[in-house]
Amino acid sequence: MLHAIRVAAAEHNPLIPAPADLIWATLCFLVILFFFWKIGLPRFTKMLDERSAAIEGNIAKADEAQQKAESLLEEYTAQLADARAEAGRIREQAREDGKKILADLKEQATSEAARVTANAQAQIEAERQAALVSLRNEVGSLALDLASGVIGASLADDTKAAGIVDRFLADLEADEARKAGSNT
Amino acid sequence: MKQEIALLANAVHLLVPTAGVPPFVGPDIDEFFPPAVFFEGTAFEINRIMLIRFAAAIAILLLFWIGTRRMRVVPGRFQSVIEMGLDFVRVNIAEDLLGKKDGRRFLPLIMAIFFTVLVMNFTGVVPLMNIAGTSVIGVPLLLAVVAYVAFIYAGCRKSPANFFRNALFPPGVPWPLYILITPLEFLSTFIVRPFTLTLRLMMNMIVGHLLLVLFFTATQWFFFVVPGFVKAIGAGTLAFGFAFTVFELLIIVLQAYIFALLTTVYIQLALAEEH
Repeated sequence: MLHAIRVAAAEHNPLIPAPADLIWATLCFLVILFFFWKIGLPRFTKMLDERSAAIEGNIAKADEAQQKAESLLEEYTAQLADARAEAGRIREQAREDGKKILADLKEQATSEAARVTANAQAQIEAERQAALVSLRNEVGSLALDLASGVIGASLADDTKAAGIVDRFLADLEADEARKAGSNT
Repeated sequence: MKQEIALLANAVHLLVPTAGVPPFVGPDIDEFFPPAVFFEGTAFEINRIMLIRFAAAIAILLLFWIGTRRMRVVPGRFQSVIEMGLDFVRVNIAEDLLGKKDGRRFLPLIMAIFFTVLVMNFTGVVPLMNIAGTSVIGVPLLLAVVAYVAFIYAGCRKSPANFFRNALFPPGVPWPLYILITPLEFLSTFIVRPFTLTLRLMMNMIVGHLLLVLFFTATQWFFFVVPGFVKAIGAGTLAFGFAFTVFELLIIVLQAYIFALLTTVYIQLALAEEH
């Protein structure tokens, strides 16, 4: 069957281009080349650029969001730590203050107590002095009265009487002091 | 088995013109030189194949005009298909071999070559067209010349001295061998390249077309001219015709790929600093 193909008829050599063949081939190709060069590919390239820009933009946006979130977290953590430290500081301060107040109060109470005690002692002393003076006077007049009664003469001369009493009392005191000295 | 051999003998016998039925006429080279349709006898003569080329060119323009008209960042289905085609050439041919920068420079040329060859090959299996626009020497020769000019331009633009030294005096060869190598290199680089590009494409398309015509005219002859049981052979030739149509589809894509790839490789070699 293959021998039925009659190869290369004499009038047409497929290896020799006819002018029309070349002319129309060139025209077609130039139009196609021009189209791809000036229209098709620029559109395609533009779209590809937009696509990569969009992808890069999204990635950048995501990065930015991530960074923002991270910095926020950091900030919050720092704030939290600050707050904790602050709370601790306040607690510590309160404890200190409490201690100080307590100490102050104690001191105040102690000094008050001391003051009260001192007052009381001073008063007691004053009263004792007063009692001593009045007692002395009374004991003196009583003794004089008694002595007057006993000797029957009035010891109206005050100067003399006072001298007797004072001597008596001084004797008494000296006696007592001696007794105390021998006792010790 | 015996019967089949007898059938075959009968069929072969029938092929002989003296068998009493009209003889089988196979396709010949005149298939590629149909009568003129317009401008007969001038340099602008237009025949059926030229019309098919115009149709192919218009198809390319329409397809990619519409396909790239409103390109979205997020592609639809049609745009995805168009992008796949464009990206095949852009990424797998141009950028793979030439890198981003030079790939972008030569991309329009490579893309125009690829799609011209692809679609003009494809008309060979389109019903009613049934002949490849590349099966007549005009288109393959033109594209080969374009590729030739492109790689020489690329080499001379970059560094003429470097280009010719790499092409004619490959480095790393002892100098006496240049007496032998340089003429061979000159022949292979500057003479043979355009011819192999032209002939590879054109002959593939011519043979593909002749085979398909052979199988389908034979089918027709067996079915409608030959009498009796021998008609059954027509089923076989039809099956072969179908198989070769599928094979032809592969050849169509492959030849377009090879043509664009070789063009790119030539440009790459011309741009290379050293081989």
